[in-house]
Amino acid sequence: MEKIPILRMGQFLLVTIQIDLYDRLALNLEADLVQMVSKTGARGVLIDISVVSIVDSFMGRIIGNIANMSKIMDAETVVVGMQPAVAITLIELGLPLTGVHTALDVERGMELLRKKILVDGEEQDADGEYAYDSAE
Amino acid sequence: MEKNRMPMANTPTTVLNKDKMSVFKEQDVVPFRNRVKEYATKIGMGLVNQTKLITAASELVRNMLRYAEGGDTLIEVISKGRENGIRLTFADKGPGIANIEQAMKDGFSTGKSLGLGLPGTKRLVSEFDIKSIVGKGTTVTVVKWKNG
Repeated sequence: MEKIPILRMGQFLLVTIQIDLYDRLALNLEADLVQMVSKTGARGVLIDISVVSIVDSFMGRIIGNIANMSKIMDAETVVVGMQPAVAITLIELGLPLTGVHTALDVERGMELLRKKILVDGEEQDADGEYAYDSAE
Repeated sequence: MEKNRMPMANTPTTVLNKDKMSVFKEQDVVPFRNRVKEYATKIGMGLVNQTKLITAASELVRNMLRYAEGGDTLIEVISKGRENGIRLTFADKGPGIANIEQAMKDGFSTGKSLGLGLPGTKRLVSEFDIKSIVGKGTTVTVVKWKNG
């Protein structure tokens, strides 16, 4: 059975979707991710979809679910690298991915996650990441 | 040039190529999408239109799996006047749709979905046609013109 790897990096979980997802795989990813958030206490989830060429309403719903489930588990989700054609199609389809944070690339996605975590949980200040706040 | 966009209604449509494929399980969805992509690439359809067409195809094929346990699809390369395009037909022997008008409304769903499938799909393609007989099945035909 194929599986999408979830990498842990500090307080973040990273997922790169490199193949076209069929339903079972997407549902497994959803379940695995929520479990990983709970097990590792991750504060952020970053999903890279830069090589995904099709996001239909099912995939969109899975992405939304992951974001909402992570949110109740106290983790933020950011989706990065969406292809322009996919963005155009999603909006015409009527799926604006409400509640999902997005960023152009992995770097900006990580920055967004760090900021989000700093804003809601002040306990992270110790490791000097506070610099991000004044940078903007 | 622009004047020639509407009179296409009277121009005959010719089928240049056709390909049949049955879809009965969720693992068939990705190969089907790839097949559609192949044909769309072959006629030189741009990336945005290709993405719209494949997404529409994906929605319709999922509907077929969800409500009718699958069915038969037909991929055709068609030409009308100077325009080339792809026509997709999805025929199932499922329960049919009692109220098509309602099914075409945003937000309506009898299944556990967002109810975006049919109206959303219609927005992604150039032409959309649905015929359904309760108890017999549903046939959806969509056309995406290369530059449409």
